[in-house]
Amino acid sequence: MEMMHIKHEAEERHVLTVTVDNEAGILAKIAGLFTARGYNIDSLTVADITENHAVSRITIVTHGPPSQIDQIHAQLERLVPVHKVVDLTEAGPFVQRELALIKVAGAGEKRVEALRIADVFRAKPVDTTTESFIFELTGAPDKIDTFVAIMRELGLVEVGRTGVVGMIRGTKEA
Amino acid sequence: MSEERSGANILVESLVKQGVEFVFGYPGGAVLPIYDALFGDERLRHILVRHEAGAAHAAEGYARSTGKPGVVLVTSGPGATNAVTGIADAFLDSIPLVVITGQVPTALIGSDAFQEADTVGISRHCTKHNYLVKDPADLAAVVDEAFQIATTGRPGPVLIDIPKDVQIAMATWHDGPAQRRQRYAPRTRGEIEEIEDAVAMIAAARAPVFYTGGGVINSGPQATALLRELQAKTGAPVTSTLMGLGAFPADSRDWLGMLGMHGTYEANMAMNQSDLIICVGARFDDRVTGRLDAFAPNSKKIHIDIDRSSINKTVRVDLPIIGDCAQVLEQILEVWGDRKPQDLTAWKDRIDTWRQKKSLSFPDNRDAIMPQLAIQRLFALTKPMDPIISTEVGQHQMWAAQHFHFFSPNKWLTSGGLGTMGYGLPAAIGAQLGNPNSLVIDIAGDASIQMNIQELGTATQYRLPVKVFILNNEWMGMVRQWQELTYESRYSNSYSDSLPDFVKLAEAYGWKGIRIENESELDAGIQAMIDYPGPVIVDCLVAKESNCFPMIPSGASHTEMILYGDTVAGTMDDEAKALV
Repeated sequence: MEMMHIKHEAEERHVLTVTVDNEAGILAKIAGLFTARGYNIDSLTVADITENHAVSRITIVTHGPPSQIDQIHAQLERLVPVHKVVDLTEAGPFVQRELALIKVAGAGEKRVEALRIADVFRAKPVDTTTESFIFELTGAPDKIDTFVAIMRELGLVEVGRTGVVGMIRGTKEA
Repeated sequence: MSEERSGANILVESLVKQGVEFVFGYPGGAVLPIYDALFGDERLRHILVRHEAGAAHAAEGYARSTGKPGVVLVTSGPGATNAVTGIADAFLDSIPLVVITGQVPTALIGSDAFQEADTVGISRHCTKHNYLVKDPADLAAVVDEAFQIATTGRPGPVLIDIPKDVQIAMATWHDGPAQRRQRYAPRTRGEIEEIEDAVAMIAAARAPVFYTGGGVINSGPQATALLRELQAKTGAPVTSTLMGLGAFPADSRDWLGMLGMHGTYEANMAMNQSDLIICVGARFDDRVTGRLDAFAPNSKKIHIDIDRSSINKTVRVDLPIIGDCAQVLEQILEVWGDRKPQDLTAWKDRIDTWRQKKSLSFPDNRDAIMPQLAIQRLFALTKPMDPIISTEVGQHQMWAAQHFHFFSPNKWLTSGGLGTMGYGLPAAIGAQLGNPNSLVIDIAGDASIQMNIQELGTATQYRLPVKVFILNNEWMGMVRQWQELTYESRYSNSYSDSLPDFVKLAEAYGWKGIRIENESELDAGIQAMIDYPGPVIVDCLVAKESNCFPMIPSGASHTEMILYGDTVAGTMDDEAKALV
């Protein structure tokens, strides 16, 4: 008799923005929807975006098979406090940015090299001791990935990242 | 007119304003202010259940049989958690409920106070929406929106958690309409291009089939009427899910019976061989599709559903139409006009050959009553009364779906999505309250009926003449059947040991008890049940090891149905076992 093995499908990365009523429990509803239905969250950011704090914008980076991405979109829209869901990856060219703080410690040539590379990446030192820097870096996720990978060889201590916020290019509102 | 009132009072006034007739509930510490506000108020009738799960299921039975939302009132902590099964049941079967739960006072939330549970957290994924109300001034608008959300779009349960201090605190009550937030507006009409495409596809089809579901019932009686009208114009045969039974009359020549795991041979073969499936208010559930990669391989599919997340969830369709069943059917009929369908004679001849299989037939048995026969007799003898039938979950449920026949909507109350044993008795109680002149029968099994048996007392208290018809085979029959078919008859814990004497149990609660042991007593026993003006339990002893066929084993396709007389392997590979 044939033994059973778990199968895996090809997956895509998608960036979604979700506009929601800024009410108690909404973040738990959205995060919980992902766990309850077995979806992935790579990053999630949230902040209110209106003057009266009534509406928040959530940016979610997820990955999964295309059919699952479509379900995520539909399941999010089904939530009563959700006004709008836009799949930026589907909707067209978009800008995505995140901010990272990267702590690097070291001395001598490695310390100089870290500073030089930070300059190339336009990372800004926001804290300095004689043995360490904290760099602030803004950019698309892969730029930050690359910078962190290099810093790993030069004395990386700690990384903090905000997760992605994204927006459609051009005049169109997402 | 506006005046200061307590939160509890505002809640009661808001429920009255919604036209609520019954509140199914159970009191406790955190809802005492609301119970005090209900005291002596004759505009709402409170039905005291014996367990909070019973309250939720009774509200479901009321909702399904009347089309109106069911209202539940329970206390914090265990009151709320006990109700969760019924709430989850209503969520999966799209039943409109408004559930009000008491909560510990605002200042104690999060302190692990007595009878505190995170009700909003626990119910988050089994409600359509939920609220924690922190200010009595918000209550009227919250209740108003809760009813709107529960009853429009895809219906479902909405929960309102009210801390005890919010029930006591005062706020201004306005007599006028509540200030509802205008944010929930589901799409109900299809796009005209979609409707035109649908009409063209139906008109071109040579082997079409309607696959209808609970959405037709939920949409209201108009949807049922429009479905029948469209069927008459197109001539396409009709099958239905468990939830949709009654939308199309079972005595029509074009009725195929239920489809899916325990559906008829002709319904499943018609789905498999069709060139067009017109899905109306159903959701391609796993009980219906069988093995997905073999599901209706050569058909185009139209899917009418009010919930966009049901589209392409399991089966990819060619034409999704998001909208309310009644409105979309009406749009299709408008565009259809005087069109003529293709000649479907060849298709219907093929279907007739599948009907010849007589897939619902079962062997004679001289020694014991066959459970299928018991349902057939129950149907035959009660048909003139146009009864409302509820069920528990298991073999008896599937036999009822196969052998009891329905002709109109809101007559068939069963737990489809969640498959909740213990649903039927409280649901029958709720249905009887909403339909005081109807014959309401819970078709039950010996195991399921014990899951909410305490509700016998509720029926006694409110003089409700509900009938419970137990097919007693001394097994959790469906579990036993699966163990026979997939685990080489290793009957692990599926025997119903230590069953009560159901006749004496009935009598202990002030019900009438009737036992039927032989086929010769069957009709007389059923007739005695019908004739008795109060509640009755019928303990009908049936053949103990009958299986429910046809059956599509898990992991199999529509063409691999097991019928009576087929040899069954008694085991399955691991891939099939892993499926539910």
